[in-house]
Amino acid sequence: MKQRDVFLAVLTIFGAWQAAAMIVNMPILPTPLTVVAVFLKEMQKGLLTHFAFSLWRVTAGMLLSVLVAAPAGLAIGASKRLSRLFSPVIYLLYPIPKVVFVPVIILFLGIGDTSKIIIMFLILFFQIIVLVRDQASGISPQLIQSLQSLGAGRRALFRFVYLPASLPAVLTALRQSIGTAVAVLYITELSATKYGLGYYIYYKGSTLFDYPSMYAGVIAMSLLGLGMYFSVDWLERKWCRWKFVN
Amino acid sequence: MINIQSLTFEYANHLPLFQNFNWTVSRGETWSILGPSGCGKTTLLYLLAGLKFPTVGEVSINGEQITRPRPRTGLILQDYGLLPWATVRENIALGIKVRMFYGADGKHTPDNFIPSDSAERWMQRLGLSEAADQFPGQLSGGQRQRAAIARTLALEPDLLLMDEPFSSLDAITRKDLQNLTLLLCAEHNITLVIVTHSLEEAAVLGKKILLLAPAPNSTARIFNNPNAAQSGFRNAPEFHEMCECLWAEMQKEASVPA
Repeated sequence: MKQRDVFLAVLTIFGAWQAAAMIVNMPILPTPLTVVAVFLKEMQKGLLTHFAFSLWRVTAGMLLSVLVAAPAGLAIGASKRLSRLFSPVIYLLYPIPKVVFVPVIILFLGIGDTSKIIIMFLILFFQIIVLVRDQASGISPQLIQSLQSLGAGRRALFRFVYLPASLPAVLTALRQSIGTAVAVLYITELSATKYGLGYYIYYKGSTLFDYPSMYAGVIAMSLLGLGMYFSVDWLERKWCRWKFVN
Repeated sequence: MINIQSLTFEYANHLPLFQNFNWTVSRGETWSILGPSGCGKTTLLYLLAGLKFPTVGEVSINGEQITRPRPRTGLILQDYGLLPWATVRENIALGIKVRMFYGADGKHTPDNFIPSDSAERWMQRLGLSEAADQFPGQLSGGQRQRAAIARTLALEPDLLLMDEPFSSLDAITRKDLQNLTLLLCAEHNITLVIVTHSLEEAAVLGKKILLLAPAPNSTARIFNNPNAAQSGFRNAPEFHEMCECLWAEMQKEASVPA
């Protein structure tokens, strides 16, 4: 994604928003200029703290998912026996909307950050494990045999083939999961916390009816998602250089 | 060097590809394995590489029964087997890295293994220095196969197994790499076993040619081709005679009802 394209997209969205605000002409839809001004003011007054809390939760949830799901996906993808055992379990659990477990998880893990991170982990875990497993099982047998002929046993195959081969899948899974993760973040921050963008948006919009501040929170949340997209893109360019050469 | 005794090999629910098959190869020889599709050429190579194992019988190299890939056997495949995410330099050094990963355990790595700069030397020798930092996706087919050869030779093999390594290359590159392979094998006294479906390639590369028949193979039909690898052999009458002889044999087999 080029910076110029992002800038054009922002201009287009703001243009459409401005037009809609002028047509609606009600407090519930302030103009983007009003919101941007409030956003800059709110960032100095505490929005930044909410942003930092959300960033920590979503990053922790994603990191935990990668650390658990990527090795599990690798192991299942590399072993037919493990795949036979675990793939049906994954297929049974994958379609269940994990958000329904929010009350149960809060009941078990309390109202702190742990429950919020675990909910995100549950959702992202399945997306990552499925993609990494498919990537690992799709590695050409000739490539494996080639490495085996160089003396590689199971451990070296993991180190030199499965691990680097699954890296793009992990990053793709992360990219695909960012939208979901941020949406889930909003849901988990609606209750049992006084910090986080979800709480901020809900409090400003539904309790104080301070719509410009509410939209400032929405902008902060989209910046959070955008920053994560850019981070994943940056990691991909750094770690998967081979994908970007002709 | 290679000794195959009473080999029987079959894939599950299939007829055996080999049945009580015997074959021997001496050190430093160059062999081509030729035969129709599905006759077991590649399987035989994988048996030698320690990637498949006999149903019955024994495959041994230098007197040792093959139960796993042998550190001094090199295998080069048609699709090069290069890691797409590693540069040419990293790919060529891969075998050394794998050995360093395990250390001299005598199983994955020879007991007397000492890390060397052989990868760098082979990269230079095969003219890949300029492409050292490029990825396989940026290379031509010939360069990729050169990288695969360099990677294998960096491990100083005494046996080189090649499975249709030049079949996807253009005629000029193929001839160039065939000559290079013969030269390097002669220089380093490497035993070469190459699987091909090309009569001409079999005749150019193999001083001995093993012609496999449609499965099951019970006898090794061997053709001596002593002038292979000599300069100008491709234009010599012996080359054309050998090709015609192989062609006639293969035609004869094709016409025999199964």
